[in-house]
Amino acid sequence: MTQQFNDSPLTLAGQTFHSRLLVGTGKYKDMQETGEAIAASGAEIVTFAVRRTNLGQDAEGPNLLDVVPPSRYTLLPNTAGCYTAKDAVRTCRLARELLDGHKLVKLEVLGDETTLYPNVVETLKAAETLLADGFDVMVYTSDDPIVARELEAMGCCAIMPLGSLIGSGHGIQNPHNVRLIVEQSSVPVLVDAGIGTASDAAMAMELGCDGVLLNSAIAHAREPLRMARAMQLAVQAGRDAFLAGRMPRRQSAEPSSPFAGRINS
Amino acid sequence: MQIQLNGEPHALDSAVTAADLVETLGLTGRRIAVEINEQIVPRSQLAETPLSDGDQVEIVHAIGGG
Repeated sequence: MTQQFNDSPLTLAGQTFHSRLLVGTGKYKDMQETGEAIAASGAEIVTFAVRRTNLGQDAEGPNLLDVVPPSRYTLLPNTAGCYTAKDAVRTCRLARELLDGHKLVKLEVLGDETTLYPNVVETLKAAETLLADGFDVMVYTSDDPIVARELEAMGCCAIMPLGSLIGSGHGIQNPHNVRLIVEQSSVPVLVDAGIGTASDAAMAMELGCDGVLLNSAIAHAREPLRMARAMQLAVQAGRDAFLAGRMPRRQSAEPSSPFAGRINS
Repeated sequence: MQIQLNGEPHALDSAVTAADLVETLGLTGRRIAVEINEQIVPRSQLAETPLSDGDQVEIVHAIGGG
């Protein structure tokens, strides 16, 4: 019989979730693969981008919201591609209209096209405007604990430091900073960006993060559906390992078998 | 008259509403959001929102992204 272990759900802006894996919808081969991979990941929160509608072509083509329907998933509009606070705020307001008053958004304001590193100055400005306008803001930021603390104090509902550069797959480059942010934060902390494979996602959770947001690691895997399942399991494994508490590290070996009773010639 | 639609010049007959534009583009009933001169126009108000020469209109939708 499988023992049931207790865990509290992930709570974001008053809503509770059982999956701690959040996924993006970019870079898939087609809409069918997008929908299938997201289903295989077990994610309940799915992020998407807002872009100008293609005019005069393909008006009847498949729509993202057909494969990730708002009735099944909590949709998380993001401001990917925005380089100024102004554009990020406009994008969130468009997303709110698109989703009939939906308030939960993922804010990201980027610094340059080479690094896609968060521009924290613009991010802070945008967060202030969005919070005043009634949005629930999950914020992509650097792994700087002081900036993270500021964003939390402003009222952001989740702090999402990068593990490494967006789309790089370099994993968590500064686990010490992520741990500092986790330890100081009263709101959920999610690693967003940089996850390359399942062990990276598990590491985020072992550091005590409340969740992981990823996209390319699944979409660019050779078998996206299999990687989606791997990520689901990795997030669960990392979460359990964190809650279980790891053994202490030792400088020397300690045998797992008893010393007494050995045959001895 | 002429407006800027998603960043491109777009010619229109006069006395056209935002809802007319959406219909002409074949987007009626699609999940879109409309902004005119950087102000959101709620879906319920598209039919009562006339367009003027020089308006900057953005029509957006959801696409894949991370």
